[in-house]
Amino acid sequence: MAESVTSAGELDTTGHSPRRWLWLLLGYLVAFGLIAVVWEGSKALFAIPDYKLPHLAQIAEAFFRPTPKGPTWLILIQDALYTAFEAFVGFTIGSVSGFLIAALFQRYVHVRRGFMPYVIASQTVPIIAVAPMIVVGTGSLGAPPWLSKSIIAAYLTFFPVVINVLRGLESVDRDALLLMRSYAATDNQIFRLLRLPASVPYLFTALKIAATASIIGAIIGELPVGSTRGIGVQIVVGSQYNTFNPGFLWATIIVAALLGMIAYGMVALAERRIVRWKRPES
Amino acid sequence: MAASDAPLPENGPTRQAFWNRPWVAPLLVFVLVLASWELLVMIFQPPTFLLPSPSLIWQSLAGQFLALMGYGFNTFMEALGGFVIGCGLGLLTAMLVARSKWLSDLLLPFAIASNSVPIVAMAPIAIVWFGIGPWSKVAIVAVMCFFPTMVSTVRGLTSASPDAIALMNSYAASNWQIFTKLRVPSALPFVFNALKICTAVSMIGAIVAEFFGGAVNYLGIYIKTQASILKTPDAWAAIVVACFYGLAFYFAIVLLERWLMPWHRHREQH
Amino acid sequence: MPTAPIIAIDKVSRIYGNANATTVALKDVSLTIEKGELISLVGPSGCGKSTLLRLIADLDTPSQGKITVNGHAPEQARKQREYGFVFQAPTLYDWRTVERNARLPLEVMGRPAGEWQARLDKMLAMVGLRDFHQHYPWQLSGGMQQRASIARALSFDPAILLMDEPFGALDEFTRERMNMELLDIWETTHKTILFVTHSIAEAVFLSSRIVVMTPRPGRIAATVNVDLPYPRNFDTREDPRFFELVTQVRETLKEEFVGHV
Repeated sequence: MAESVTSAGELDTTGHSPRRWLWLLLGYLVAFGLIAVVWEGSKALFAIPDYKLPHLAQIAEAFFRPTPKGPTWLILIQDALYTAFEAFVGFTIGSVSGFLIAALFQRYVHVRRGFMPYVIASQTVPIIAVAPMIVVGTGSLGAPPWLSKSIIAAYLTFFPVVINVLRGLESVDRDALLLMRSYAATDNQIFRLLRLPASVPYLFTALKIAATASIIGAIIGELPVGSTRGIGVQIVVGSQYNTFNPGFLWATIIVAALLGMIAYGMVALAERRIVRWKRPES
Repeated sequence: MAASDAPLPENGPTRQAFWNRPWVAPLLVFVLVLASWELLVMIFQPPTFLLPSPSLIWQSLAGQFLALMGYGFNTFMEALGGFVIGCGLGLLTAMLVARSKWLSDLLLPFAIASNSVPIVAMAPIAIVWFGIGPWSKVAIVAVMCFFPTMVSTVRGLTSASPDAIALMNSYAASNWQIFTKLRVPSALPFVFNALKICTAVSMIGAIVAEFFGGAVNYLGIYIKTQASILKTPDAWAAIVVACFYGLAFYFAIVLLERWLMPWHRHREQH
Repeated sequence: MPTAPIIAIDKVSRIYGNANATTVALKDVSLTIEKGELISLVGPSGCGKSTLLRLIADLDTPSQGKITVNGHAPEQARKQREYGFVFQAPTLYDWRTVERNARLPLEVMGRPAGEWQARLDKMLAMVGLRDFHQHYPWQLSGGMQQRASIARALSFDPAILLMDEPFGALDEFTRERMNMELLDIWETTHKTILFVTHSIAEAVFLSSRIVVMTPRPGRIAATVNVDLPYPRNFDTREDPRFFELVTQVRETLKEEFVGHV
């Protein structure tokens, strides 16, 4: 794989010229400017109270308000990092185990027949409601507080990875398989040289979903009473003190949104690094 | 590989056929999992609040079935309300946006990026805006449903091939005819994919939004409360009810899909 | 026939289906192929020509009859890597560059990369992909993709090349050029080539012998010796003898059709 990655660099025809980046930046600046105008404009026009829609300056002020432990933005970043850690542990566990289960399902048709309907059904059913029980349960066992959040994140990662990776492992076409057979390849070779690489784009589709989902999972895990750290806790605090400090709730939610987008962006970036063989889109 | 070596598999009505029926293995797994769960709880006797046995959950479910179904219905109505508003607005927006390539190029990236935002974390803001009652949940669900529906519908409406459009043009079809006879039918599979995803999203959104606060006769609040006072069997029973509503909602949409898209039924099988 | 044939097919039948419904894809087909021949299997769809090729390759198993490939049963021959197979679709792996696609069989067969690299380079040069080693499949035209798949089939130096309508998806001009290139490859490597096509002209242009097949059930209607001299070139297609042979094959197929309808 290594040499194709290095050599593919010259072939990348989709590279962004600095000019394009400049235009994009300008577009975002204009977009944010517009949002700000609409925000403050509607606030003034409809006399929306601060607790419903704070001034943008109040949100900015909330970020910089000093606390005994340092400025608010620093606290929020620390909490966000804690949530990111919980989510990352869960994401790793969920994607590795999801991948292994998908490989198992691919090899053993009967196992798949038995379990796959439940894996699919899990996507249409709100089992995430077990979150409070996982938090209470692991808490009572004396497990570290981050573990329950990681378990929830792992759960939310696991199912999309199983479904997509299995689809990827099965996505190889008949002739590609016959080719391997014509070489008298072993099952392990077929897996390593054909099915595994064929599944990588599908894996990334799942990982992009899972990146955000694992952050959501960690945040949901932080909601029950008793949690002390994480951006989810800060959101709850923010909603409790909203009337006193109307910018703070928005600040916490902005941080949570950024966290989700960064997680997604990191997976998308890894995908661009690793999946170099795809025809660029449009 | 070995299977394909056999030239003439004799597929008579033998014992093999029984095991190959689609429901046999899942049913077996269901029974085995429940039985071993029950057995493990019996042997190791973990505290009930940690892992209740299936029979205990069943007792809890049977004991307050109507109440739980009622809570479930309340939560489902939140989900349904948000689903209708979110998906409806998503469809309308998509129809407007898809008319102009410039507009869809401009807006789609933002709509796609919204996928990476944990929208449910905004529930406290919805509570501030719409109160602690059901409307805040409806609002969150609506936002969660809006973006996937809009993105899929725009993709669907623009999915007709240039040749198919050229064919319509060769009949001198009007824009309205192209829209109703070509764009809408080719968009339907995309739309229904989004709607099916949104059924799950809406139930999850409603329940998780309830974790942030609300009245007690809703599933999310009930689960959170019972879990925190260690009445775990009750919480599990509530989850069974939530799954029931989730599946029923999903299959209602599947039925609607089959009714509106009879030509797609065969491809569903895979 | 001086030596033992490289491929011997003896009364082979292939029947698909189960107890309820059966399709006879091949019925009692017998054929012997000598080393170094370039044989075309030609016929309309459903005549079993691809099936026969896949039986030889052990990608499918006969219902009756016996096939010998280079003195072995087909399965044995496959495991000893006696043949290279070229599909109608190039079947290149998207995630591999041209060079690494061509190297795939060497990796599967565990042949030392260093020793075989020179051959790999030579094969890629022979099919005109010298400057495209590091390209991904989507960056190549259909003809170039098929060239890469031919290089891949030759990379491990098999005795036999089995080609299943390899140029069927290409346009007429590319196809004729590929025909010339295949003849060059055949003349330089002395492989035995078994070539499936539904184009009579292509079969006549390439082959030393043509096996004409007809459907329902798939069987051999005739074999035609092509006495056009090698090396063949663009003028060959204008040779009166070329047209005579094309007509002869066409007549065989016509008789079979008239007889069956």
